[in-house]
Amino acid sequence: MGFKSYCFKKSLWVFHFGGASCNNCDIEILDCLTPRHDLERFGILLVGSIRHADVLLVNGSINLHDRERLLEIYRQAPKPLLVVAIGACGCTGGLFTESITFAGPVDKIIPVDAYIPGCPPKPEAIIAGIVKLVNKN
Amino acid sequence: MGRKTLIPIGPYHPLQEEPELFKLYCDGEIVKDIQWVTGYNHRSIEKLSESKTYEQVFFLVERICGICSTSHPFAFANAVEEIAGVEITDRAKYIRSVIAELERIHSHLLWVGLAGHFLGYNTVFMWAWKYREPVLDLFEMITGNRNSYAMFKVGGVRRDIEGSKISEIRKVLDVVKKKTDLLTGAVMDDPVIHARTKGVGVLSKQDVIDFGAVGPTARASGLAIDVRMDDPYAAYPLVNWKVITATAGDVFAKAEVRLLEMYESISIIEQCLKGIEKEKEGEITVKVNEIPPGIGHGRAEAPRGEVFHFVMSDGSNCPARHKIRAPSYVNIATFKKSCIGQTIADATITLAGVDPCYCCTERMAVACDSGTGEVILNGRELIERSVLRTGELKSTLKERT
Ligand code: SF4
Repeated sequence: MGFKSYCFKKSLWVFHFGGASCNNCDIEILDCLTPRHDLERFGILLVGSIRHADVLLVNGSINLHDRERLLEIYRQAPKPLLVVAIGACGCTGGLFTESITFAGPVDKIIPVDAYIPGCPPKPEAIIAGIVKLVNKN
Repeated sequence: MGRKTLIPIGPYHPLQEEPELFKLYCDGEIVKDIQWVTGYNHRSIEKLSESKTYEQVFFLVERICGICSTSHPFAFANAVEEIAGVEITDRAKYIRSVIAELERIHSHLLWVGLAGHFLGYNTVFMWAWKYREPVLDLFEMITGNRNSYAMFKVGGVRRDIEGSKISEIRKVLDVVKKKTDLLTGAVMDDPVIHARTKGVGVLSKQDVIDFGAVGPTARASGLAIDVRMDDPYAAYPLVNWKVITATAGDVFAKAEVRLLEMYESISIIEQCLKGIEKEKEGEITVKVNEIPPGIGHGRAEAPRGEVFHFVMSDGSNCPARHKIRAPSYVNIATFKKSCIGQTIADATITLAGVDPCYCCTERMAVACDSGTGEVILNGRELIERSVLRTGELKSTLKERT
């Protein structure tokens, strides 16, 4: 077992970074934690500080204002860190690629480990994505 | 005034799902002043809209805000239909209202949950979000997606609600009604919630008028404004319902208004379903060939208040100008009144009380700090950025061809 897989063997703590999003992806992420899907039973917990997190969820397109902050948050994160881009906006910029404030899709700014497409992705898709990511590592 | 401490909430705060920065200037525990910094969520939607055709703009305005993803298309459709001078069929009117009211139910449930979460009362959060799921399932059944519905188009709706779906909707509504009873009872009788929300963040009727607040924020202070009643559109003049108001103006009154509004929504949906059954199946669109030059105003009552869209057409297939005003834009201004003088712990629930939605509210403007005079971004920079961006896009287009 490598160092990375050792780090992600137990409860994953998640930090959520909402970029310039439409809120739907944010809500579906929260939805994963509520009774129907209840990710907390697997020890997956939303935390308030990136310094406690194993996973960084990024959703929404990144605008010029967010860009520096995303870089700073990535810098502060303890490594190894899994980065997941959620939604069409997170993966490619989606509808907002042509916006004057668009600063590039997430993977042009920080390295991304997994992409979960959809607008918004269903909670099931988010869970499946994270499970795949954990199994891969 | 003594020395003030600055407490920032945000921009990536665990309490808020959206990026937003509030600066609380505090003296001890008491909030003396509040400032609000935006820009983390700006996507230049109005500008993007000018480059899309009328059919495409619906998908764009839907993505202004995920929770109000019917209200914006609704207001936009009203505006464009005003320009084109079309009258949609009754069946389409009923379907539009059903979708809008289902959205109101899910949005209010979401708010009740989040408000509980802000109070540190996570049981309410979990309950409310659990009971919201059946409504989302309904959306998935009717429209094919849980959140962004893509139901609206110029001249009608994209999908019909057939007979088999109507009975399914009725079944789910019964469940939702029972759960709403339960939740209303739990919230209204809970001594902890009373203690935390009564007399907190009070806005008087005059304050609400001064700030121009709309929606449940205004109705909780005794001002009965509701676009559905004042400027009726779609099926609202065809059904019976009443505007819910309260007088206290505190956070508790806002919760009360929202909870009682859910019952009104359920009753509107039931009446609309009866209406749908009377109309002929399949008559959901009117053909609109072109949009003539002109100006259109569209209003719709979102769960948070009045959404306003202004559309100017020059006769082409794209809007020449599209201006959007979302309800949170005016509601957030009331923080200047309601938060000041509160303790920090109460400030958070007061902020949540108006159900602010930041992605609707985002504005790019000449932003400067009134204290330090620091300009965050000015108008010329904006235009330069736009020119630069157009240049980039042009060059990528050239590369592609
Ligand atoms: S991917 Fe879709 S749902 Fe998610 S933030 Fe972007 S527009 Fe909203």
